[in-house]
Amino acid sequence: MKKSIRNFRTQPAIKSPQLILGIILTGLVLAITLVSFFWTPWDPIAIDVEKRLLTPSFSHWFGTDRLGRDLLSQIMVGSQNTLYVTLVSTLIGVVLGTSLGLAAAGSGPRWGGILTRISDIGIAIPSILIALVLATTLGPGRLSVIIAISFWFVPVTARVVVGPARQILSLDFVEAAMTHGRTRMYIVFRQVLPNIAPIVIVQTSMMFAAGILIEASLSFLGVGAQPPTTSWGKILMDSQPLVQEAPYYTLLPGSFVVITVLAFNLLGDGLAVLLDPQQSQKGVA
Amino acid sequence: MLEINNLHISIAGRSLVKIDHLVVAPNERLGIVGESGSGKTLTVLSILGLLPTMMKVQGSVIFAGQELLGRSEDDLAKIRGRDIAMVFQDPGRSLNPTMKIGRQAGETLRLHSDLSKSEIKEKVLGLMHSVQLKDPEKLASRYPHELSGGQQQRVMIAMAIACKPRLLIADEPTTALDVTVQQEVLKLLLKLSQESDMAMVFVSHNLGVVQAVSERIAVMHDGEIVELGPTAQILDSPSAAYTKELIGANLSIPDAQELSRLSGSRFQNTRGV
Repeated sequence: MKKSIRNFRTQPAIKSPQLILGIILTGLVLAITLVSFFWTPWDPIAIDVEKRLLTPSFSHWFGTDRLGRDLLSQIMVGSQNTLYVTLVSTLIGVVLGTSLGLAAAGSGPRWGGILTRISDIGIAIPSILIALVLATTLGPGRLSVIIAISFWFVPVTARVVVGPARQILSLDFVEAAMTHGRTRMYIVFRQVLPNIAPIVIVQTSMMFAAGILIEASLSFLGVGAQPPTTSWGKILMDSQPLVQEAPYYTLLPGSFVVITVLAFNLLGDGLAVLLDPQQSQKGVA
Repeated sequence: MLEINNLHISIAGRSLVKIDHLVVAPNERLGIVGESGSGKTLTVLSILGLLPTMMKVQGSVIFAGQELLGRSEDDLAKIRGRDIAMVFQDPGRSLNPTMKIGRQAGETLRLHSDLSKSEIKEKVLGLMHSVQLKDPEKLASRYPHELSGGQQQRVMIAMAIACKPRLLIADEPTTALDVTVQQEVLKLLLKLSQESDMAMVFVSHNLGVVQAVSERIAVMHDGEIVELGPTAQILDSPSAAYTKELIGANLSIPDAQELSRLSGSRFQNTRGV
């Protein structure tokens, strides 16, 4: 572990192809989302039944949907909801999960054990189930989806963090910091956290990828975005009965989900290689 | 100033350390010597309340009139670093790898004094100077791994003495350093303790190192103090059998000559063949 931190600081940035591809694709997805706030090729909610299910052409690049709306505009606007929900739940997951994991690592065996068991329970409950329960109690929508995804992300992050944090806590400098009069919790949050930062960063981008997939699934099930808000999962749900009639209607939004998930996975993998010395040595060679 | 009475450290019913009575007077330099596993480190860790939680501690450790055993973590945190400071064996592992030297050396000051940021910075540079680190400004902006072992240990010592503690516990502070650096660090510790009226408990398995800095020596074996007395007396007329063994095990000059003679003859043999 000590070595990892050494290299983390001194190693020059590695030009790994997957990291570069990840950055480009992520940038592209974010750019499309940002542009959609100001401009879309057509009005995304303008219904024109006469133009229903047009195949991709020069005027409608991605064709039109079942109500004659421009599909590209729909996908662009839909990315707003998808990314917003994923971003919020990933942030909640990372912040709360990391804190929980650090607290579990820093507290004694009894409380550490209890916190670990609680997070095991959290991991065991599928987020789709939680979302369905929340949808019936809170009503379907963004809030239910965010709660459902974070409910799964928090324990997952906690579990990822707790092991390395315990490892760092067993190092001598922690004991040295205690002889200077630091309390254990201070050391955990101020001295251990920077040492496990690479792990948290990689975890964040991996969870972002997972979040996009879960959000799409939940919207597909009708638990997520409600009309007039649209999202990729919702477009997919609408296209589902028309798969044979208009395959592009399913394929195009579907590939956006795939590309975005791929982008964040590549980014996570690339960062893992960049920040982890054992892997990065392979990367350099 | 420090008084240990009937200290008993055990784990799962097995006794690890048993010390009836041990006193460290103000400004005194006490050496604790013994083989690995003899309980030296456990003894000094118990003073600061840093023993692993599964170990059971009984007895009393009185520092400056206050009982330390059984005190709350918060109380102990105030004493640690301010009144009693500690230097560890492996300086490379005792420094936080993600914190720059300058900031790290100011840790104890930030914690135990009301000095402003710039005052701390100034004082840290002064401290680094007093532990004979060259070019403190430059070193302050480096990370621990960019320093040599000797420099790292000097930084640790600077941190330890920053708040002018009355007692410095040095647990094998030179063991991880190479021989020439060992000497310099020993000299530095000796000088600091003499100049700043700081008592020192010096722990080592190496009798040669301990005798160089200590006025009195306690010899530990199997968790108990088998002999305690002034350095000269321990070395010249040891009473306990274990002390004699320890002195015998110490590589003195004749032994070293013997070793080189032996190894030399072997080398000659292989060359002869």
